[in-house]
Amino acid sequence: MKKNYYLKFAGKYLLRMVTLLIAVSIVSFVLVSFSPVDPVQQYVGSVPNVSAEQREKIAEYWGLNDPPVERFLAWGSSILKGDFGVSLLYRRPVLDIVREKFAVSLALMLTSWLLSGILGFTLGCLMGVFNGRWTDKILKKLCLTMCSIPTFWIGIVFLILFSVKLGWFPMGMSVPMGVPTAEVTIWQRIHHLILPALTLSFLSFAGVALHTREKLVDVLESDYVLFARARGESQWSILKRHGLRNILLPAVTMQFGSFSELFGGSVLAENVFSYPGLGAAASAAGMSSDVPLLLGITLFSALFVFIGNMLADIIYRIVDPQIGEGERNESYGK
Amino acid sequence: MNPTASEKGGFYIGRARMGRRFWNRRMRLIVLTFLMFAVIFGVYLAGAVLGEEAIAADFSRKGLAPSWEHPFGTDMLGRDMLARTVKGLSVSILVGTVASGVSAVIALIVGVVAAMGISWLDHLMNWLIDLVMGIPHMVLLILISFSCGKGLRGVLAGVAVTHWTGLARLIRSEVFKIRSEQYVEVSKKLGHSGRWITIHHILPHMVPQFLIGLILLFPHAIMHESGLTFLGFGLPPEQPAIGIILSESMKYIAAGNWWLAFFPGLMLVMTVFLFDRLGENLKKILDPYSVHE
Repeated sequence: MKKNYYLKFAGKYLLRMVTLLIAVSIVSFVLVSFSPVDPVQQYVGSVPNVSAEQREKIAEYWGLNDPPVERFLAWGSSILKGDFGVSLLYRRPVLDIVREKFAVSLALMLTSWLLSGILGFTLGCLMGVFNGRWTDKILKKLCLTMCSIPTFWIGIVFLILFSVKLGWFPMGMSVPMGVPTAEVTIWQRIHHLILPALTLSFLSFAGVALHTREKLVDVLESDYVLFARARGESQWSILKRHGLRNILLPAVTMQFGSFSELFGGSVLAENVFSYPGLGAAASAAGMSSDVPLLLGITLFSALFVFIGNMLADIIYRIVDPQIGEGERNESYGK
Repeated sequence: MNPTASEKGGFYIGRARMGRRFWNRRMRLIVLTFLMFAVIFGVYLAGAVLGEEAIAADFSRKGLAPSWEHPFGTDMLGRDMLARTVKGLSVSILVGTVASGVSAVIALIVGVVAAMGISWLDHLMNWLIDLVMGIPHMVLLILISFSCGKGLRGVLAGVAVTHWTGLARLIRSEVFKIRSEQYVEVSKKLGHSGRWITIHHILPHMVPQFLIGLILLFPHAIMHESGLTFLGFGLPPEQPAIGIILSESMKYIAAGNWWLAFFPGLMLVMTVFLFDRLGENLKKILDPYSVHE
């Protein structure tokens, strides 16, 4: 019985993932093929004296003259075989690049994800407990302002302040310049990671804090908290026994659901700090019209976001079995 | 005793006393909202009125630090940064207006269609929302911008067709709520068609949601526009846009020219913040119950 339920559950997710990935690949393929950028010209680049005949040959070899549906099927079938093509920018297989860049990005995203979650949650609790008092008012105004700060600007401000003026942190990159990869110490890596991670966590932690605050205020105004107060429980024990237990779950789910923003933010943050991750590769691929890489990253990022949402869903179901099928629609945030 | 209750009591008494001095709360809110709107509109007008000569290059004054004559300093080509910033913000506001307008209309259509009561349409619309939300926003923007061959058109299209998802969900659930109201049932029993009910009972209720959603889309639209421009996808480099100003400044901040990035970005933050507050205030005016949520 129970096993059946899990099987059905897993099947549903698998089906949803497959349909989503197919749809994403169709949409991105259509978008890319609408582009006025000539792929042959991009491939040939600045190499002079490539005759029209040779260009025609390249176009023929790539199947550019075939109808779009045929091209899509050809592309899709090679993707299914695990062949994402060769990046024009790096002249290497797309899959290798995505794997390598993602490993670099993961350190950055994970750090800032944890940072924004913990910091945002703590701040939110603080605001909720001091609801209506000056601590809450000041922090709330601060958070509201922070919601309006673009990632790339705060990154630049951090650079100006901490790298240029104070000289505490390097100007960018993930490793020091002129040092062989094998000799880079873990400390150096962390040193290079701090500013980008701070920048990236700025994106979401004000939002997390405000959300947590709302939830905590709701809980603290409930009847059972009033009763707990009447029994003489201290503020701390109320927070520990009633507050945290009720708000931790939505906060964790929300954090898992923020993978899309995290990835989007990493594009900007990595560009500001010249951090060689997947986000920087995505914008570089778009700028230099590297279609295979762009499509590969799009698919991969969609998968990444899907996994985040799936984890959020699963955690919610495991921790709170009350969540039924129908109620899922209600948990959709803004 | 409940400390928050006494806190609140004091808060309201304080407000009431203040209220007698300056109109009432609602009136103050309306005036404040108008002021915000005027500031934003003023920035837009200033940018539109400022001619090209205001941002003309002048090499006799390049790289000047902020002073009374040039409050935001000048850049490496000797252009006044204040004029460039205002012009850039004006472009941002224009892009934001068009893009949020289109996005809000898409959201309204999708939301209402999803809640028509036809099961497969609802599933389709939900699936569509999931699809757009499934690709990270920035990546989708890059894709669309690439598809339109970069430039202003790409930014406009990108920002316009990617921001409607949240609002569409909100509208969908609102329509569902109204659909289950008794007067809709009565109207149905009286023999009105689904279209009649949608136009006469549902759409009028969507007006406040739509307006608030529209204004609250602005901050996101502007931030994404400047982000996309910052990455180099948006407007051409000779255009004065905040994203371009900031990405240019990246080359000079190592030399200590902090004002090139600091003030334009600060102005952008202020604009975004103003739009956000404008939307929240409008929400309080149009939908007073939301304050107590």
